[in-house]
Amino acid sequence: MEAKTLFDKIWDGHVVRSIQDGPDVLYIDRQYIHEVTSPQAFTGLKQRGIPVFRPGNTLATADHNIPTKDQHLQIRDELSRNQVEKLAENCRTHGIEFFGLNHSKNGIVHVIGPELGYTLPGMTIVCGDSHTSTHGAFGTIAFGIGTSEVEMVLATQCILQPKPKKMRISVNGQLQKGVTSKDIIMYIISEISTGGGTGYFLEYCGLAITSLSMEARMTICNMSIEMGARGGLIAPDETTFGYLRKLPVIPGVKDFDKSLAEWKKLKSDEGSVFDKELVFNAADIKPMITYGTNPGMGMAVDATIPESDVKGGAASASYIKSLDYMGFKPGIKLLGHPIDYVFIGSCTNGRIEDFRAFANIIKGKKKAANVTALIVPGSKLVEEQMNREGLIQIYKDAGFEVRQPGCSSCLAMNEDKIPVGKYAVSTSNRNFEGRQGPGARTLLASPLTAAAAAITGKISDPREFLNN
Amino acid sequence: MPKVKFDILESTCVPLPFENVDTDQIIPARFLSATSREGFGDNLFRDWRYSKSGEKNSDFVLNNPKFNGKVLVTGKNFGSGSSREHAVWAIFDYGFRAVISSFFADIFMNNSLNNGLLPIVIPEDLLKKLHNLIQNDPGTKVKIDLSQQTFSILPTGDNFRFAINPYKKECLLKGLDDIDFLLSMKNQISDYENNKRMVR
Repeated sequence: MEAKTLFDKIWDGHVVRSIQDGPDVLYIDRQYIHEVTSPQAFTGLKQRGIPVFRPGNTLATADHNIPTKDQHLQIRDELSRNQVEKLAENCRTHGIEFFGLNHSKNGIVHVIGPELGYTLPGMTIVCGDSHTSTHGAFGTIAFGIGTSEVEMVLATQCILQPKPKKMRISVNGQLQKGVTSKDIIMYIISEISTGGGTGYFLEYCGLAITSLSMEARMTICNMSIEMGARGGLIAPDETTFGYLRKLPVIPGVKDFDKSLAEWKKLKSDEGSVFDKELVFNAADIKPMITYGTNPGMGMAVDATIPESDVKGGAASASYIKSLDYMGFKPGIKLLGHPIDYVFIGSCTNGRIEDFRAFANIIKGKKKAANVTALIVPGSKLVEEQMNREGLIQIYKDAGFEVRQPGCSSCLAMNEDKIPVGKYAVSTSNRNFEGRQGPGARTLLASPLTAAAAAITGKISDPREFLNN
Repeated sequence: MPKVKFDILESTCVPLPFENVDTDQIIPARFLSATSREGFGDNLFRDWRYSKSGEKNSDFVLNNPKFNGKVLVTGKNFGSGSSREHAVWAIFDYGFRAVISSFFADIFMNNSLNNGLLPIVIPEDLLKKLHNLIQNDPGTKVKIDLSQQTFSILPTGDNFRFAINPYKKECLLKGLDDIDFLLSMKNQISDYENNKRMVR
């Protein structure tokens, strides 16, 4: 039998029909929806006069367009409130499970799906959100889609999709102390650029990847889209099964051991062929930070900003525009540069481990006076666990206020915006112009690097501040 | 959604020669609270087009009366980042019907094709040449013939055969809709579900 990649096994197992010279009709096991990219899809169904085909395969949450303070009160902004209410109404009409604001299971879509057991190995998963790639950490084909496609999946539980090419990214060896999975993925993106994965679906492997926890794997898969890839997956292993075994409920799984036997088959065969292979060494990776306006513009936190984006040539207009926006010059170091805001949270770094890492550095210290910090758990469950583990008290003692769950300052659509010209060290995923607010300047980093900046008030090397 | 057809388009171009233009630039997140598909064109490239105080930024190409047309000519990796289809709705609503680049982000490409906005990939050197021509003469016209899959720069006679998925091409030429197609195969989809359940 022909050796197959894990991606091929899952994809081929979900093809309802292949259209000659066209895309595949791919069956989708689970669709996640949220308030921002779904209303027009429901309107489309209404105009066609058709129901949701499989409401039980869809799960909804409100996360993007919500405040992270006083969630018990009415949402102040009228348009935002209307959008969230519209989602609630659409879910009621179509019988879709909805974890809205103030629900005990509410949170960021890519945080709650896995922690509530809705994301399982071998599934196909879509959501009208590019960071759907997060779920690949469980060995799934998960990718972001547009609203027309959300409507398509609501209407038929299928999507028309051309099959992407396959790329394997190996990260060999062991990580140095103070280097996290966020640094791995930021390093890879800085090496291959923000378009380096376009047209591909990724599989991550190698010791530096397989040694990671599920939370850390989700951070890696989450940012696959930031190199342009449709998604990225990691073959499920004992770490994955251990995570799933600990969940109190797994909706849809009646016999865990029977499912486990199926999940154990999910790996790329020996000798399976990828369209492209990249190999990196974990030892080369340091804590990372971005200096420009796309996630490919990253470097080691102690490095200097490159003179040009063109090897051996003059900088492009885009590069100059980008540094100009950031208020930086080529050739300068960022270490010691003052900052104004710190944001920890988002679907990239809003899980319990991220808040533990941040706490490791701030414990027993004080927030720098010049820093405004946004500390935003990824979900109600994460918030609860922070409380149980005493993290919220550690944050309080260090002068940090913990907010309520939501996408918050990752995207400037809710109330949590970074003001014009201000520098924010952010654990989120995008440093685009205006991403965190018009004129805001984002420096992407790991929770450790963000914590070091939060207590010093400037860009700092987290390795100097590790408590244990 | 409205079914949009595309066949032949001859137009001048609007140049935007930057690389890695992400969908947050095309339509910032703060304009995504709407629940309909209409009206996003007013805020297309909002933060490049207008100053913080809301005045038109005369440096930006959409505010330059020299440049107009239905074809947006961009730089490589256009449409990266967020999957928001609102970016395509904004470009279409503003009046563009085709976007040219040396490569597009995958989700943006799918979203465009699903809304009758034709994304055309041309080689990097041809893209550079086109940008130079437009800068020197904003009246430079291009012609797109979808059925022939040709992209031509009229004054120079450059002619490039672009690639497009044959299924998607058919949909655009005839104004067909993916969802109608999938709805017609509901029995097959149910059969797939039943078989899968039996295997499990």
